[in-house]
Amino acid sequence: MSDTNTQRREFLKTSLGAAAVAIAPGMLLYSTANGKTEGASSQVRWGMLIDTTQCKPDCNDCVTACNTENGLSGGKSATDSQWIRKIEIKDVSNGRVTSLPMMCQHCEHPPCVDVCPTQASFKRADGIVLVDRHLCIGCRYCMMACPYKARSFVHETLTDQNPDVPRGKGTVEACSLCVHRIDKGQIPACAEACQNKAILFGNLNDTNSEIYNKVRSVASKQIRADLQLNTGVRYQGL
Amino acid sequence: MKLLVSLLLCLCIPAVWAAESTTPKPDIGKGGQCVKDAQWMRLNHMHLLKHQRDETVRKGVREEQNSLKNCVECHASLSNNSVVAREDGFCVACHRYEAVKIDCFECHASKRRATLVTKDVK
Repeated sequence: MSDTNTQRREFLKTSLGAAAVAIAPGMLLYSTANGKTEGASSQVRWGMLIDTTQCKPDCNDCVTACNTENGLSGGKSATDSQWIRKIEIKDVSNGRVTSLPMMCQHCEHPPCVDVCPTQASFKRADGIVLVDRHLCIGCRYCMMACPYKARSFVHETLTDQNPDVPRGKGTVEACSLCVHRIDKGQIPACAEACQNKAILFGNLNDTNSEIYNKVRSVASKQIRADLQLNTGVRYQGL
Repeated sequence: MKLLVSLLLCLCIPAVWAAESTTPKPDIGKGGQCVKDAQWMRLNHMHLLKHQRDETVRKGVREEQNSLKNCVECHASLSNNSVVAREDGFCVACHRYEAVKIDCFECHASKRRATLVTKDVK
């Protein structure tokens, strides 16, 4: 009896091993051939730390880089989209002026997602807040809900869009943190373009990343922190 | 019998000719097969694209092979680099024949990437 059992066990072991050997290379080849990435991971939280002391008031490089990367017109007409803008804030008590770029803050609890009636506005697993233009009906509730005025509506028919950045009339759009670049392992266009390295991009959850350690060691602020949205974009030196 | 055959033949020729003149003849660009055979793709390409778009937009799974971008790269016309610019464009030819509207290219690029890179931002 025990002999039979051992034989059966041996047989099962061998066949399992053989099956694994037969299937594994196929699976590997399949995934290589299809170039399948595993997609956005919830282990990651993409964010930015913007050093306003390094941001020059007369510099517009981040805005230009964003426009070029995403195929935006750069505000030629009043209704054109704007994904990032430079703003200046002044402390009236002493006249100190601070310049900073303002864009979608990629909140952990985004109000734009809460109000969207079609679930077009959504937060990806890695914390990037996006608009699924396939579902967007252009109602613009999200534009009203956003405390940062980060979103734009496309009013006119567009042609010759960047193949990586599809955009079209009748939908709302905003800074995507250059999601097409992030998925390729690159950093957002604005962070790359900043000459003073005022924009630090990285994974807020990665204990080895520069941004993780800087957020822990220097004082930074979230704009409208009172709303408790836990923004992914933080500002230093405000 | 001979008469019958010749009569049938006479009837068939105009039918074949008529069918050939109306069926769409899309300009397949570079062409080639990278996903499935042509007949399967004619029936099912929309399901692949729709599945892929949700995977890509919402989950960040960017599989090159089934992406619309990849279709355009190979199937854009070699004369004008577009899949929709002319009546016989790869997408337009059949969609017009079947009277199915394509919304894809109101947002997505309908031209080969190489032709867009040098262009100034509008």
